[in-house]
Amino acid sequence: MPIGDSIPLVGIRWDDILFVLFAATLLVSAMMVVTLRDIIRCGLALIVSLASLASIYALLGDPIVAAAQVLVYIGAISVLILFAIMMTQTKNAPTRLVFQTQSWFAAVGAIVVAVLIVATVLATTWTVAGSRLLTATSDVAHLLFKDYVLPFEVVSVLLTASVVGAVYLARRPDRSGEDRP
Amino acid sequence: MSNSLDSYLILSGLLFAIGIFGFLARRNAISMLMSIELMVNAVNLTILAFGAFVEPLRVHSAVIALLVIAVAAAEATVGLAIVIAIYRNKKTPLVDEYDSMRE
Repeated sequence: MPIGDSIPLVGIRWDDILFVLFAATLLVSAMMVVTLRDIIRCGLALIVSLASLASIYALLGDPIVAAAQVLVYIGAISVLILFAIMMTQTKNAPTRLVFQTQSWFAAVGAIVVAVLIVATVLATTWTVAGSRLLTATSDVAHLLFKDYVLPFEVVSVLLTASVVGAVYLARRPDRSGEDRP
Repeated sequence: MSNSLDSYLILSGLLFAIGIFGFLARRNAISMLMSIELMVNAVNLTILAFGAFVEPLRVHSAVIALLVIAVAAAEATVGLAIVIAIYRNKKTPLVDEYDSMRE
């Protein structure tokens, strides 16, 4: 039996409920990323926020981007960040000061940026479609490998170069002392 | 609510502001990189939101978002490698203790 478009008695649409749920999860976990004291927990909260963002992408009608978000961000970048955290942790790190001494200015600046963006969005009338449009994955594939094939190749070269550079930078220097990074 | 462009844009604006605060306020270099990831994701959400509501941008937004994800992966790789290389020399991940060029 298929479920309806909205909840039967209350009349709230399922899309709205899911959007509010994922948006709240995203904002709360992003705040945890920037405020928690233990940096390992910051990394785990980052995984939660990236996952809820992937859910919002799926809600927006971009399933292929949601899948890429899960694969690349949650699967690769989060693991990379967690490994880097474990390699740079010292024993007394969580007891030390988390924020810079002048972080109040940073908070004020961030609040000003947020207020500016929200005011601009609310003051502008966008000439857009009234409802979300679904993106077919085959359309994405056709466009990516026809019109965007040059950026695609450039990105592949960039990824290769960055991986080689990262291995060179993070390598343990040789004992002999030559070609030290 | 999920059918209006405004709510997605406000959400990505708030996420971007949180990223700005984390980048400016945290002392740990890896926390700053995580905040940069949050800001990149906020921009990606904006791209996809416009693509979902504007018909001519519909497919292009998904392709551009995929390219942005790949470039962000390259950026994170190099950034974390640089942090690890500095940590190996300085023995600290805190950016305000990287002051050897000040003297």
